[in-house]
Amino acid sequence: MYGNAYIENDGNKVNSILADEDPIKLAEFEARIAAGDKIEPKDWMPKEYRKQLVRMIEQHAHSEIIGSLPEGTWITRAPGFRRKLALMAKVQDEVGHAQLLYSAAETLGKSREDMTNDLINGKSKYSNVFNYPAPTWADSAVIAWLIDAGAIVNQLANSKGSYGPYCRALDRICAEESFHLKYGHDNVVFLATGTPVQRAMVQEALNRWWEPIMHFFGPPDKASQHSEILMRWKVKMGSNDSMRQTFLNMYVPKIWDLGLTLPDPNLRKNEETGQWEYTEPDWDTFKQVINGNGPCNKERLAVRRMAEENGRWVRKALMNKSEEYVTPLA
Amino acid sequence: MIIKSLDPRIDRAALDDESKVGELSGNEHFQTYEVFQQVKRGTHHQHVGNVHAPNAEMAMLFAKEQYCRRGAAVNLWVVKTADVFVTEYQDADIFETTEDKLYRDPNSYKVMDRINAFKARNNNA
Ligand SMILES: [Fe+2]
Ligand SMILES: [Fe+2]
Repeated sequence: MYGNAYIENDGNKVNSILADEDPIKLAEFEARIAAGDKIEPKDWMPKEYRKQLVRMIEQHAHSEIIGSLPEGTWITRAPGFRRKLALMAKVQDEVGHAQLLYSAAETLGKSREDMTNDLINGKSKYSNVFNYPAPTWADSAVIAWLIDAGAIVNQLANSKGSYGPYCRALDRICAEESFHLKYGHDNVVFLATGTPVQRAMVQEALNRWWEPIMHFFGPPDKASQHSEILMRWKVKMGSNDSMRQTFLNMYVPKIWDLGLTLPDPNLRKNEETGQWEYTEPDWDTFKQVINGNGPCNKERLAVRRMAEENGRWVRKALMNKSEEYVTPLA
Repeated sequence: MIIKSLDPRIDRAALDDESKVGELSGNEHFQTYEVFQQVKRGTHHQHVGNVHAPNAEMAMLFAKEQYCRRGAAVNLWVVKTADVFVTEYQDADIFETTEDKLYRDPNSYKVMDRINAFKARNNNA
């Protein structure tokens, strides 16, 4: 969902999507993608390709920015100097990821100012998980390990996509994410192998985060021609369910390994099919949260607006640097 | 309504959840600079991306923060995007004959054939 879930699949729209595209250019475009070539900003591309990519990359950028807020809250209270430094570095990385992604989205024709405005006015979406609070240090540990793990699953898949600037940004991002994952895992392991109080704290955090994590990859995709096209264009690199399976397969065993439990009695790997079985999370809750009614949506946007407003005089001062100072006449 | 947060700093800021302040207007657009990074002395500078900045000095600062976060860099260049002159992908045919110009390829020179034929001729004479 950090780039996977919010593509609205509407099977009925397909004809109108391709109707006014030049069939020859479209065929060349599709052949290029099928051959594994990347599409670059000034290349011809179908309108729908541009639109879905802008939406996806922009949401991804917003998620990096907003995602740094719940974690940033813990910098001053992280236990020990090293963890404070590491968390600060991680949060800086995430803000940097947003910059790289905004740059990639801009190459498709939407200005950074428009994207920022759409975010602070609540028009754009971002990952649902960042609308939940991080009440304890263990929450921050679970976020750094498992939310980043989920993001890496999506980002690795998307880095094999067809749009050059997005792929290049993701390559850089993935390289930095491995530190986040290790740092998060280290924090979770420290708590899970610690005192009974520490273990209880990390278990409670895990219980709180399990549903948002299951939501993270987005609702099961309805099979539609629209999603088929987006897969063929390598905009969407896998179904939401397949991303979720990859994540479960990599991380559930690691969680169980620590003697921790997950709050879903049906969670198990079916050895015959190789697929994980689980209780579907409540998708109505997901919709509520994504549409602005989660526990922290208002706070996140208000903080983002404050940052924009408080930084305005700095931006203005820098813009007018070349203006000559004129001494007052009287 | 004033937002209640778990974060004491946000509480202190007493943010209003309905406030609409903060909207950017178009003229707050910083220009972009392209960033070139040299990973090691003796290697080429390579394009790695761009940054938004009001001037070259700030562009350098942002480039360092965004593109040199992990080791590997000895030098950075930033260049105003507007100052970069580029070819169009649709004009890629201008490079097409490059590979056809075999007279520029060392492997296209086969002197040994000629020398061997020459020697063979002289020995038989
Ligand atoms: Fe990130
Ligand atoms: Fe991360």
